[in-house]
Amino acid sequence: MAKKITRNTFIMENPPTIHSFSSTVGKKEGDGPLGTLFDEVSADAYFGQKTWEQGESELMKRTVLRAISKGGLAPGDIDYMFAGDLLNQCITSTYGLRDLNIPFLGIYGACSTMSEGLLLASLLTDCGVGGNVAAVTSSHFCTAERQFRFPLSYGAVRTPTAQWTCTASGAVVVSPKTVSPFIRAVTIGKIVDLGVADANNMGAAMAPAAAYVIKTFLQDTAMEPSDFDAIITGDLGTVGSKLLVELLRGDGIDISKCHRDCGVMMFDLETQDVHAGGSGCGCSASVLCGYFLPKIRAGEMKNILFCATGALMSTTASQQGESIPSVSHAVFISAESRMSGN
Amino acid sequence: MFMDYLWAFIIGGLLCAIGQTLIDYTKLTPARILVSYVVAGVILGALGWYKPIVDFAGAGAAVPLTGFGNILVEGVKQAVDERGFIGVLTGGLTGAAGGITAAILFGLLAALIFKPKEK
Repeated sequence: MAKKITRNTFIMENPPTIHSFSSTVGKKEGDGPLGTLFDEVSADAYFGQKTWEQGESELMKRTVLRAISKGGLAPGDIDYMFAGDLLNQCITSTYGLRDLNIPFLGIYGACSTMSEGLLLASLLTDCGVGGNVAAVTSSHFCTAERQFRFPLSYGAVRTPTAQWTCTASGAVVVSPKTVSPFIRAVTIGKIVDLGVADANNMGAAMAPAAAYVIKTFLQDTAMEPSDFDAIITGDLGTVGSKLLVELLRGDGIDISKCHRDCGVMMFDLETQDVHAGGSGCGCSASVLCGYFLPKIRAGEMKNILFCATGALMSTTASQQGESIPSVSHAVFISAESRMSGN
Repeated sequence: MFMDYLWAFIIGGLLCAIGQTLIDYTKLTPARILVSYVVAGVILGALGWYKPIVDFAGAGAAVPLTGFGNILVEGVKQAVDERGFIGVLTGGLTGAAGGITAAILFGLLAALIFKPKEK
């Protein structure tokens, strides 16, 4: 059973495995530097459906079904699943997954959803509450525009510094088997709000939450940045990433050599005109499943700390003049189930 | 006649360039910029300063939203002349009726003909 080290950090006793995983992205993401690494790149933003919301549901459903079948399983073998997305009432998840007949636990962490789902799945599995547990999330450029800014039909001009929500989905199946990659430890993050109210600078709003959870994880587990091949954040962008490194440096922690940000990795910032970089639940989820997990399986990376970051505001709160609170959860994924030498 | 086109292009372009500058360098949302343009047109029109620009630049001054603000003011002036104080309430929409209806109609046509795509 997972051991409680501190208030919010847990070390797995029998580290669960990421049994299988899958990623799907849209055309722009497919044109990016990681394009060939995803399981599917769809040129059709509607994914064969009539509306973008239905398209995103289809995107999420395809991704989780593929993750399940890549693991040699069927939907009936999945005991339950965690799913969440950016839309009101998480309709992408509910409508996308309603046909799968898999017991369903909806979660909301904005862009931190992949970390949250993975964390919950692995904690429960290590506590004996679960056999095969799925965690999936997605985001879609067009639905996010309608949700947070303006519907695309309105024809508004986007501010150059606004985040580019990725059309992407990532899904994992966690099980108690003993094969790499293993989930070794997790830290549940807390909501951090330093008063940043500018929705065009979300990276700066979310960096403090990431700084908190990374610092807490490293201190609680007595690990160093040098123990990791990569300390990964979801969508801080270039500005947020710089801020994160500085914040941690102020605490005597230097992650500059191993920090990677999925939003910066997803697109070619020079040629693809996405200014701040990619964002969205699907950004970190797809880059985790398309880039990092395969590297661990292939032996090219050993230890990663996956900290997807989420901005927890809504348009209503912003219109009322509120700032942007954020959360980030840390998930330690490793090719080894124990520290070598233990 | 060529000069008519040239000035329409220059003045219209200038008004758009101001809008783009506001988008690029300020935190103003597009909605706020558009509303500011209408209000600016109302103020300039009320002061009598906008009509000369329209006379000079034609569509370059009439098409941008500042021109719409100007139409609101001209409509009110005309209605007050014709009907007295009630014209303050009726004049604006009357003057802008053509523009508003055209906007709705063309918006509807665009929605029927075109399907939105991701950027």
